[in-house]
Amino acid sequence: MTPMNRIVLWLLSTITVMVLLFGYHTSTSGPAQVLAAQESTPISGSTAEGSTATGSAASSGSSDTSTDTNSTAAAATTVQGDSVDTEWGPVQVQITVASGEITAVKMLDYPYESRKDQEINARALPILIQETLDQQSADIDMVSGATVTSDGYRESLQSALDQAGL
Amino acid sequence: MQTQSQSRTRTLSQAARQDRPDTGRYVEQVMGMPISLALRGRHVRDAEAQAAWSRVVTELRWVNLVFSTWNPCSVISRYGRGELSLEQCPPEVAEVIALGERAEMESEGAFSINRSGVFDPTGVVKGWAVERAARHLDALAATNFCLSAGGDLLCHSRTGDADPWLIGIEDPADPGRIIARVPLYSGAVATSGTAHRGEHLTDARTGASPTGLRSVSVICPSLTWADIDATAAYALGPEAAAAWLTDRGRAFFIVYADGATQTR
Repeated sequence: MTPMNRIVLWLLSTITVMVLLFGYHTSTSGPAQVLAAQESTPISGSTAEGSTATGSAASSGSSDTSTDTNSTAAAATTVQGDSVDTEWGPVQVQITVASGEITAVKMLDYPYESRKDQEINARALPILIQETLDQQSADIDMVSGATVTSDGYRESLQSALDQAGL
Repeated sequence: MQTQSQSRTRTLSQAARQDRPDTGRYVEQVMGMPISLALRGRHVRDAEAQAAWSRVVTELRWVNLVFSTWNPCSVISRYGRGELSLEQCPPEVAEVIALGERAEMESEGAFSINRSGVFDPTGVVKGWAVERAARHLDALAATNFCLSAGGDLLCHSRTGDADPWLIGIEDPADPGRIIARVPLYSGAVATSGTAHRGEHLTDARTGASPTGLRSVSVICPSLTWADIDATAAYALGPEAAAAWLTDRGRAFFIVYADGATQTR
């Protein structure tokens, strides 16, 4: 299994746990019970890491599966997964849900060389992206590709990055 | 699941786009390729940063003088013609030859610095030279750097609050586009493919250019080995590349001729 797939699986298991929590919230009625469930029930995900997730915020979100994104009434709910030791180091993800949709994913913890050794961090995760060039160019620092010669440099993406000075 | 994956990627990229830190950029053409540097942290554009960059460029120019196979007067050309013994060469020549021999052995001969009897250590020199030159940037206190030589790069982050360097892997079918992104604090990314230089990558065992692969990117702690392994995996061809890199414990991103991608 690729590292990215593992991370994705882990994320999905976190999401699954979250959905379970919301399901619990809907089927009962009191936030106290939800919090109790969050604190006392580490729910195993489907990955080999046996990841668990705990809610960190009072659950005021909705498990409504409608895609009504115009609804601003439903408060966003933020859920943090536990920090999980992966083979690349600790990974912790925070997910924000509003109206039953994930609106933000934040990496709270990510393998970093001061915590684990450099070897682990260097096993980084290539993320396949399919966006337009305009969206991407502001979002990368350097380009790795087949060798660019000095002749071809002026037309290269790296040249654009160097000139932008970002 | 596909939709979730895409939206998650987009959300992550949007988060990363905010608050891009101040970055100093430097470019010089050395060894026939652009050398690009990005600096963040304490020394971005000051005299110390410029002095460190100058030392990097000077060292790479020296490496070029010694190792250029295009220059008939270079040390490596004279060594190749038997005009100089190994003892008469700078010690770096023996170091590079040892690396090349190890790479040839570990790649089952697909990578070689002796192709059809022609001595050419170029495939080893680039990554090795850039990694070596980067030590001048290590001397900059509280400064993070990303140093690229024509698309093979090394980055290092030492400040605890830094964002990772975001490395774009170019789309070999359209080099103006990025096909994957690697967030990397410290480590190297090297890519082998034929997008810019034509069919110059060959399997040293057969002399043939592998078909079926568009590009191979390798992510590992050392640029010397990322560069060698990307070249060797490309030469090994589409059937063997992924398994060989997996055996070596490398993270990689492969684009096949049909556009399929594989990562680990």
